[in-house]
Amino acid sequence: MKSGSSVHVHLPSELGYEKVAMSTAASMAALMGFSKDRIEDLKTAVAEACINAIEHGNNLNSSLTVGVVLSSSDDQLEVKVIDDGAGINAKPVAPDIDRKVQGEEDPRGMGMFLIQALVDEAEWHQGPPGKSFVRLVIKLDKESQ
Amino acid sequence: MQAQTKVTQRTAASASGNRVNVLAFSGDISSTSKEAILGAYHGLDGGSSRVLLDFTGVDYINSSGIAIIIQMLLEASKTGARTIAIFGLSPHFRKVFTMVGINKYAALHVNEAAALASL
Repeated sequence: MKSGSSVHVHLPSELGYEKVAMSTAASMAALMGFSKDRIEDLKTAVAEACINAIEHGNNLNSSLTVGVVLSSSDDQLEVKVIDDGAGINAKPVAPDIDRKVQGEEDPRGMGMFLIQALVDEAEWHQGPPGKSFVRLVIKLDKESQ
Repeated sequence: MQAQTKVTQRTAASASGNRVNVLAFSGDISSTSKEAILGAYHGLDGGSSRVLLDFTGVDYINSSGIAIIIQMLLEASKTGARTIAIFGLSPHFRKVFTMVGINKYAALHVNEAAALASL
């Protein structure tokens, strides 16, 4: 696949459509030569980023779309997930399973943690409507190819 | 738009002869799975304290789906009477479940035979 290619996807703000972005990211990563393990990591990270954008960024508003921009270069795949919310001003926190199982912490709220744990870079940017995004990067490990 | 979750229930015998309730999932496990999964769990009879979750037929799990499994562990912990074990996860989701810490409360096994040997 030619380095420097990009793919743009626009998702309705409805849960379930994150799987479209997930499949697109997986196809692009496979074309670039990523391993199956890394593609699975990417799929979960992209799905979680899109779910956050659909649910929290766009508040499930059907008149808004979530933008997904996938850009390849020689050694990495970058995925930006863009929504119309104000952006996330929080750091990913590792879930405390003890507190969750004791009912002291919401069982949900693991998306940001999973994103950060599964990709090589994850950044959350705040901006005006249509400009807030999360940026994910996975890097090709030449030795494992 | 979200795919449905199907849950089927059966019973099995552990290696030590104990009765085990098996809940087998298929489809997606996401926010819309709550009623199917917790409803099936609540419907289990009280005759067995051992519950085995079979993920063999599951293609997609997201964090909302994982939260439903944690909710089940919370309920099992509150009643203090049920042991839950898991098998059939893909290597990726075994990793994700371990990252989240679910393996601390529900042992993750590679297949049903290994799970039944432990219960």
